[in-house]
Amino acid sequence: MIQFILRRLLQVIPVFLGTTLLVYFMVFALPGDPIRALFGDRPPSEAVIAALRQQYNLDQPFWVQYGLFLKNLFTFNLGVDFTGQPIAATLGRVFPVTVMLAVEALVIQAVFGIGFGLIAGLRKGKIFDSTVLLASLVVIAIPIFVLGFVLQLVFGVYLGWAKPTVGTDVSWSTLLLPAFALALVSFAYVLRLTRASVIENSTADYVRTATAKGLSRPRVVMAHILRNSMIPVVTYLGASLGGLMGGAIVTEGIFNVPGVGQKLYQAILRSEGPTVVAIVSVLVLVFVIANLLVDLLYAWLDPRIRYEK
Amino acid sequence: MTASDVTITEAGTPANRPLLEIRDLAITFNTSNGEVNAVRNAHFTIMPGETVAIVGESGSGKSTTALAAIGLLPANGRVSGGQILLDGEDISHAPEKRMIELRGNTIGMVPQDPMSNLNPVWKIGYQVKETLRANGRPSGPEDIAKVLSEAGLPDAHRRARQYPHEFSGGMRQRALIAIGLSCQPRLLIADEPTSALDVTVQRQILDHLEGMTSELGTAVLLITHDLGLAAERADKVVVMYRGQVVESGPSLELLQNPQHPYTKRLVESAPSLASRRIQVAKEQGVQAADLLAPAAEALTADNVLQIQDLRKVYKLRQGLGKSSDFAAVDGVTFDVLRGTTTAIVGESGSGKSTVAKMVLQLEKPTDGKILFDGVDTSLLKPSELFKFRRRVQPIFQDPYGSLDPMYNIYRTIEEPLRVHKIGNKASREKKVRELLDQVALPQSTMQRYPNELSGGQRQRVAIARALALDPEVIICDEAVSALDVLVQAQVLNLLADLQSNLGLTYLFITHDLAVVRQIADHVCVMEKGRLVETGSTDDVFDAPQQEYTQALLNAIPGAKLMLPPEVA
Repeated sequence: MIQFILRRLLQVIPVFLGTTLLVYFMVFALPGDPIRALFGDRPPSEAVIAALRQQYNLDQPFWVQYGLFLKNLFTFNLGVDFTGQPIAATLGRVFPVTVMLAVEALVIQAVFGIGFGLIAGLRKGKIFDSTVLLASLVVIAIPIFVLGFVLQLVFGVYLGWAKPTVGTDVSWSTLLLPAFALALVSFAYVLRLTRASVIENSTADYVRTATAKGLSRPRVVMAHILRNSMIPVVTYLGASLGGLMGGAIVTEGIFNVPGVGQKLYQAILRSEGPTVVAIVSVLVLVFVIANLLVDLLYAWLDPRIRYEK
Repeated sequence: MTASDVTITEAGTPANRPLLEIRDLAITFNTSNGEVNAVRNAHFTIMPGETVAIVGESGSGKSTTALAAIGLLPANGRVSGGQILLDGEDISHAPEKRMIELRGNTIGMVPQDPMSNLNPVWKIGYQVKETLRANGRPSGPEDIAKVLSEAGLPDAHRRARQYPHEFSGGMRQRALIAIGLSCQPRLLIADEPTSALDVTVQRQILDHLEGMTSELGTAVLLITHDLGLAAERADKVVVMYRGQVVESGPSLELLQNPQHPYTKRLVESAPSLASRRIQVAKEQGVQAADLLAPAAEALTADNVLQIQDLRKVYKLRQGLGKSSDFAAVDGVTFDVLRGTTTAIVGESGSGKSTVAKMVLQLEKPTDGKILFDGVDTSLLKPSELFKFRRRVQPIFQDPYGSLDPMYNIYRTIEEPLRVHKIGNKASREKKVRELLDQVALPQSTMQRYPNELSGGQRQRVAIARALALDPEVIICDEAVSALDVLVQAQVLNLLADLQSNLGLTYLFITHDLAVVRQIADHVCVMEKGRLVETGSTDDVFDAPQQEYTQALLNAIPGAKLMLPPEVA
């Protein structure tokens, strides 16, 4: 087991190198000169531009730039961005916000997705099931930027139940509305996956046997139907965590959440290679670790799966 | 353990009052084609401590009746008439709460398939524990171990901590029996409790079940398709056919003097009771035996298949590139005479199917040779292999899985002809019609699809397809195992007829010795990858040399029953 985890962690190294190289190259290949873009309509002297270029190593060829970036990374010196702020400090500021947002969204989609999915699955073909299925289809069909604005307008502006935007006031309660918007799309998938899985497991032989043993209905549902139905759902939830972190760009934009998505968007617009790559690297790490956790959780949920060594 | 031996049971039921009485029971299913009456006017009684078997083919309503008695009909089924009296109380429409009280404590169940009836994600011990707890019994580790060890699982403390996938089929069935009997119910419903197991294991499990239930004074409702097994294990037999009870009575009486035509047919065709090779093909067998006499000539002239020191080794992965060798087939040598039937028998895991796959060139042998008509098949070029496939055809076990559901029957049978570019469209259609005649299917079958046919009809289609290329050898891998006894008898007769008409050679892979008796001229007994005994069917059955073969033969249900000669 330990060996399995170690091996998986070692796999992070090539994944990490590959993604950073790719992202770095894509930022490098963006058209336009990032230094000139900084100054807009009033270009500074050539000497200033040359100095800035040298400061950010933009005068070096690609491989040298990338090599310097890696070297800095391993000495825990992420450097400064174009506004002179240390990148490490920026990461330390934006990541907790996005992690809060993503975790809150994850909890919302797990609780509601699994809850509604279970009830719908147990009442297959009844009114509740049909309603929930239809509603989830609608949610899947509408893009998140529409859903986000609708939620903001209804709950934030008309009803006034929540602050329409987050701004600098970041807390679990202010993030509730954006987390809900973020959760909605995956929620529909979790619901459908749970429902399908519950329907499949409800007719399993061991469920009938469990009933024949004299177990009460709630016990059969919880210990035998729901427990077994969680196997695919947990896999999906874990995999969606990475998506929630990275996919928060639109949601963070709508609700003005000072998180990773917003920062990443700005950095891409400014062609700030080091900032983009730093953010993406952390996202890659999150993704890989989330997947590892899913694998471990999977083995815990399904004892037939054992990772040897 | 007849009813008269048990005077008073623990709950004080007088011996003359039945524990379970099924009265004019009718069960209806709502299907997409409207209502289907699965059971009509079913009527029988079980006395306390008595064992009653319901016998019938699949779809006869025997399992449905039993499930109704424990309130576990599928969602679309309901009791539409009659009564189910448990100790005088009608439970046919009892509320779910009452059924939950009764299940486990009063009515236990041992289900059919040990592979799918234990929840894979819970430890065995936990699955016993929740049963004990739900029925208000002590459920400590000692209690769990006691329940498991009583069901014949040694080392119960350790076993309780294992998961179902770490158990063999027989052990799982023991665990299920342990669960079914853990709360000492007064009635145990055993739905084909051993049909998924090998014969030797089957016998042990049934012996154990019988011992436990007679000790506890439990009445047993045994559901089975095997008349021999029913007669051997039950005091009373109830025969069901198309949802109705056609005959019931004391086991031996019913077996020796069946009244209803269906029961008569069932007794005649029960493979476990038949004792002779099907007659048509016997003549061929005699010829073959004559040929066997000058052994040297036979080797060169008439051994269509020669298997020489065949080995198949699989590498079992153990992680990190390490692996250990597992010999599925280990040094098997035998010959198959042209025009005869050679059966390979053995339990699951004995390597018999692997031999079949290698003969069909679907698996490569690790070592050894397969000579077909004297030619080493491993040296065949792709084009020669193509021709080889034309001469050696398979029939597989599962007629549901081996026919393409998207192909109609005509296309299914015609496909091999098309692939091998034989004839034109008209001649191929003529050939398909002939083949359907040969397997006794109406020509109208051509336009139908596999899901519209019964299991027996599908297997006939599979046979027709195998015959399409006029093969010399047909490999039947458990070809009749999935079929009901009557259908099985028909298919075996068909195979025997075809053999005598077309001079076919069969290599018959089966776990069912009763079937071997009916179809084979020669028997190869396999155990753990090795050939332990070979010989003519009569020799092997009359005087088995190996202990293992004797164990297999003894395990055939009903083998020891005495039947009047005109029936047997």
